Amino acid sequence: MPKVTIDGQTTEVAPGTTILAAARQIGGALVPPAMCYYSKLKGSGGKCRTCLVKVAAQSAANPNPMPKLVASCSTPVADGMVVANLTSPEVLETRKAIVEFLLINHPLDCPVCDQAGECDLQNLSYAHGLQRTRYEFERRTFEKIDIGDRIQLHMTRCIMCFRCVYTADQVAKHRVHGVLGRGDAAEIGTYIQNALDSDFIGNVIDVCPVGALTDKTARFASRVWFLKPMDAHRACTKCSGKVALWVKGNEVIRVTGRRGAYGEVEEFICNECRFDRKELGDWVVEGPRRIESTSVISANHYTDLKQLHIVTQKHLEARRLAGAGPEGSRPRGPHEGGQADPAALISG
Amino acid sequence: MILEHAGNAEARTLAGWRKLGGYASVEKALKGMTPEQVGEEVKKAGLRGRGGAGFPAGLKWSFLDRKSDKPRYLVCNADESEPGTFKDRYLMEHLPHLLVEGMIVSSFALGAKTSYIYIRGEYMYLLRLLEKAIGEAYAAGYLGNDILGSGYSLDLHVHPGGGAYICGEETALLESLEGKRGNPRIKPPFPASQGLYGCPTVVNNVETIATVPHVLRMGGEAYAAIGVGKSTGTKLISASGHIKRPGVYEIELGKVSCEEFLLSDAFCGGPKNGRPIKAVIPGGSSVPVLPLALFLKTAKGEARMMSYESLADGGFVSGTSLGSGGFFAMDESACMVRNLWNLTRFYHHESCGQCSPCREGTGWMEKVLHRLEAGQGRLSDIDLLVDIAKKIEGNTICPLGDAAAWPVASHIRHFRHEFEYHVKYPEKVKDPRHGEREPVAMPK
Ligand SMILES: Cc1cc2nc3c(=O)[nH]c(=O)nc-3n(C[C@H](O)[C@H](O)[C@H](O)COP(=O)(O)O)c2cc1C
Ligand code: SF4
Ligand code: SF4
Ligand code: FES
Repeated sequence: MPKVTIDGQTTEVAPGTTILAAARQIGGALVPPAMCYYSKLKGSGGKCRTCLVKVAAQSAANPNPMPKLVASCSTPVADGMVVANLTSPEVLETRKAIVEFLLINHPLDCPVCDQAGECDLQNLSYAHGLQRTRYEFERRTFEKIDIGDRIQLHMTRCIMCFRCVYTADQVAKHRVHGVLGRGDAAEIGTYIQNALDSDFIGNVIDVCPVGALTDKTARFASRVWFLKPMDAHRACTKCSGKVALWVKGNEVIRVTGRRGAYGEVEEFICNECRFDRKELGDWVVEGPRRIESTSVISANHYTDLKQLHIVTQKHLEARRLAGAGPEGSRPRGPHEGGQADPAALISG
Repeated sequence: MILEHAGNAEARTLAGWRKLGGYASVEKALKGMTPEQVGEEVKKAGLRGRGGAGFPAGLKWSFLDRKSDKPRYLVCNADESEPGTFKDRYLMEHLPHLLVEGMIVSSFALGAKTSYIYIRGEYMYLLRLLEKAIGEAYAAGYLGNDILGSGYSLDLHVHPGGGAYICGEETALLESLEGKRGNPRIKPPFPASQGLYGCPTVVNNVETIATVPHVLRMGGEAYAAIGVGKSTGTKLISASGHIKRPGVYEIELGKVSCEEFLLSDAFCGGPKNGRPIKAVIPGGSSVPVLPLALFLKTAKGEARMMSYESLADGGFVSGTSLGSGGFFAMDESACMVRNLWNLTRFYHHESCGQCSPCREGTGWMEKVLHRLEAGQGRLSDIDLLVDIAKKIEGNTICPLGDAAAWPVASHIRHFRHEFEYHVKYPEKVKDPRHGEREPVAMPK
């Protein structure tokens, strides 16, 4: 079995494993970000270039470095390969550049984007982006097209990862959309106006790393961080019926696949589960989904997680001098009070 | 050698071509040699791919997966779309049978039973010409079943492209040939193991394939004796720009100096308008531009020769590349900013859009260049361009990204003063013909 070393950590992997898969096997911060690769979609990857890494030694037999950075999602490992991701300044510099490229024509309309809060591009630019843009030209726009009453397309947000194309081919097995045009005029479209309505096509919403494809039936209904994600299931004849319900009070706002490791869904779900089962009674609720503590979605929800107050002597002294009341009567912070629903502000 | 009978109308018909010695290589190979022996001759000849990258053809052929039980294919790349390159068109127009002959012996060497010529859509008249030649070859028994009683059978098809430069990139070409969108594939796997329809495939340029009959005729070693060092044989150069005698020339590699090529009446014949030549792009739009002095003499002061090695001397800092042999010369009236803007516009337009650096970066560079050329730029734009180009280069799926980055890097490296001029004298460059009006426009 080939041994590969990534950022100083060595692991053994099956022959043919890609560098990215090997990194995921090790786990942790050294895993390169992937915007176009999706392990459940054959042929995906290689396009966005966010996962570029440095191969410092090609193999035990050939310890020379590879001349260029390589896409870790589509480069297989060799025995004795040494890879640098976070430990290579060149990789970090390039990744910054890629994020910049992905953002120069992005509308940055996060305040009105349903994907905000669970957007891979937001997370990526938070981790690797620049503070300000060097791009001073008008951003690209597209003629708006309607792709049916279930799925909303915002072409300006698309990063051309091709995941939705592979999903239509491989999961929905019926594709009426594709990439039209070329270069920076390339767009997702249906050629002749057509609705995306095959049984599993809703999964394009879950695989889309940005807000280019969103759920029309939940459009502007709520910011995701005001929703509680719950694991739930139902007996479904088409899919496993295992979903994530996004609820507010007793209302099911939207249904998605269970997005887990690296943003990928555990299982693809059918359109009926996703779009047509919006009553809590349709579902057997298993309990709250685990959300990364760093995710904005976890804010507000898990009330059993209490903020720890560290009280120092100096602090008490200051309070005493200010004549304030005893500890515990402090005013409520902005995160603890009720808030207006910003979705209501933007949908009008 | 290759162009020996170009211009001779007889060479365009099968009967005439045979009279001139044509199809002898087919008889020689199919009747008296094994496929391995043909491949061996090409290897000995040191023939390098003429499509741009200069990869040794014999070596490429030897990578073809012969163990696989799938069919093998030979695909001829006749997509010729690199700005400044038009030699394949000339070759196919005048010597269609030479290409057909080359396809037959090369397919034989590779064990291909079906082969394709992928020709750019704009060359529709050449497609008809080639189809006529192929029809004649079928009728004469050089194509089809059991060619010349040798037991070897081959079908040859010509397929038109839809007008995209990117379909000249070999894997995009294969996608297009399969009837798909012409997006370059992610490599590995390479075509030698998984090419057309997932089968082992070799893709070669028109000129490369048209050279094979000559290699067989004279023998690999004799061919290798032509030229200098690893630049063996002859190369077609498409010459254009501000020169007296534009056209397609065949040169013996390494034997003609750059000075001779540019100035001699046997070739370009020197500058056209009496204005001195300022810059030369010797290998097609993708290769770095050189100022005249560096084109004539290397940084070490040696005379530069028309060969792969000599043109590459100095790397990309003070050298360039022979590329596909698309030679263009610009005199002092040319504006290098405008030239670069024009080239960048081309790459922006031709990017397939698959990978982020090329899709976004080429358009960005074009916009910045447009601004500079219009006299609305800033000095910091120049470094911004260098930075964008650097971040595209090497980070893309296919070499189109590099091809877009190299001209930017080299134009600014060698002609930065012209870019600065555009910032300092915005009024002067608003005149669209400023390059011509002010030949010194760009004082050093
Ligand atoms: C963007 C791009 C365009 C290309 N266009 C052509 C072309 O028009 N004709 C050609 O022969 N090779 C072209 N190439 C090079 C081919 O990919 C390939 O290297 C060549 O066909 C191999 O043939 P050779 O080894 O005989 O040179 C192009 C490459 C790139 C990256
Ligand atoms: S719409 Fe979304 S999934 Fe489809 S290519 Fe664009 S970013 Fe990718
Ligand atoms: S470099 Fe440009 S042309 Fe080549 S695959 Fe990427 S986007 Fe397409
Ligand atoms: S994830 Fe590897 S290139 Fe996009």
